[in-house]
Amino acid sequence: MADDKIKKMIHDSEHGMTSIVKTIVRFVIGIIFVFGVYIILYGHLTPGGGFAGGVILACGYIILTLGFGKILGLKKLSDKVASVLDTAGVLVFLIIGLAGFTGGYFFLNFMAKGEIFHLASAGTIPLMNIAIGVKVTASIFAVFIALSIFGKFVSALGESSEENRKGSNEE
Amino acid sequence: MTLYFLTMVLFVMGLYCLVAKKNIIKKIIGIVIIEYSINLFLILVGWRKGGIAPILMKGMDQKELVEHSVDPLPQALVLTSIVIGLGVLALMVSICLRLYEKYKTFDMSKINRLKG
Amino acid sequence: METYLLVLTVFMIIGSVIAIETKNLLSSVISVGVVGFSLGIIFLMLGAPDIAITQVVVEILILVILIRATISTDNTAIEKHRDNLPIVASLIFFGLFLLFSYFAVHDLPVFGEPVMKVASRYLETGVRETGATNIVTAVLLDFRAYDTIGEATVLFVSIVGAFVILRRQGRKGRGEKDVEKVGILEDEDIKKNFEGF
Repeated sequence: MADDKIKKMIHDSEHGMTSIVKTIVRFVIGIIFVFGVYIILYGHLTPGGGFAGGVILACGYIILTLGFGKILGLKKLSDKVASVLDTAGVLVFLIIGLAGFTGGYFFLNFMAKGEIFHLASAGTIPLMNIAIGVKVTASIFAVFIALSIFGKFVSALGESSEENRKGSNEE
Repeated sequence: MTLYFLTMVLFVMGLYCLVAKKNIIKKIIGIVIIEYSINLFLILVGWRKGGIAPILMKGMDQKELVEHSVDPLPQALVLTSIVIGLGVLALMVSICLRLYEKYKTFDMSKINRLKG
Repeated sequence: METYLLVLTVFMIIGSVIAIETKNLLSSVISVGVVGFSLGIIFLMLGAPDIAITQVVVEILILVILIRATISTDNTAIEKHRDNLPIVASLIFFGLFLLFSYFAVHDLPVFGEPVMKVASRYLETGVRETGATNIVTAVLLDFRAYDTIGEATVLFVSIVGAFVILRRQGRKGRGEKDVEKVGILEDEDIKKNFEGF
């Protein structure tokens, strides 16, 4: 059942690009997402961090949208959810900073440091990395939606909405 | 010294593109080039001869890191600056698309002429 | 090492000359891509892997955004008449700028021997105080987290600005809903408007 759906989606020539692009995107997309999550989670041990990993995840969503068309991309991460996640990332970052007041001052690293070279170390830094990663992913994908879909939306539908307005005024 | 001067040349070229060109997309490209030159300059100032990345690896001594690592401070500041550049670029491009939709051109002089 | 850096920087300058002077906008956007990717290689050679990763990925996104701006529009930049006076004045200014910067770079610390007054303290105490072995992340999220929160605010404001600018235009009619005007796509809107895509 699922295979039929995927096959239909790949050979659908109306949405997105050609079937070559779609097949390649199907193979690559999982690797991109896993790499982005790895970059975010291991940001305090290896090169990377919230910014780089967030931009990589946003690239994953963008390649999905470009390859398979707007409907699938918006189904995976709609612009409403993206704007909510964008705001939530900033708020979580700020709340972690404010929680430092329990020990004395703003942005205090109040959690246990743990042992170095382990994933669960460095106190609040991994949590902040995750918050920044979610924020950057959501905001960059949202601006991509705004540029690529809303722009066309405006120019294609401007005339018809004006006609509608005229009609409603006459009524 | 030569490298510092070459980044200045890159900066001046971006500034020339920003001032002298009439096309808005060309102006945006000038701003992007200025950003690149500033980021490159900040990283070049922090480089140390034979330097390693400021990351403590397994089996490495703390003293070795302090003696050989490059400057981590400009790297942290440039990292934020790159992502800010992306956001500002998106804002500028959206303003350009609005202008194109209204005036049907990217040329600054034509837009000025159409206004009055 | 310095030779490679010089070659790459000259390559960046050539790329930006092409980007500035080409008539076709799509070619100039792609030349900007050349400049950005060689900048990523330079960052990798200078011992900054964090920034190299970010620069390469951000460069891809910059190309996507700029190509979206040029691909469906009038993409030639032909200038029929040039204003000579501003160009000459700006060239004189840039010559003076380069002259003074040539003297000014001699006062900077010598290339390869940074001062590192603050940074040496970060390197000494960073791993012990924060527990993070990546000192750049420790500086970014612990020692200087104020900068990061300012950055998050700037990114947020610019994204909101792009949303507001690109929303559907026009005043609201009497019978229309708010939702359509602020640019949020409802499911019905997608069904109604994207059937042809």
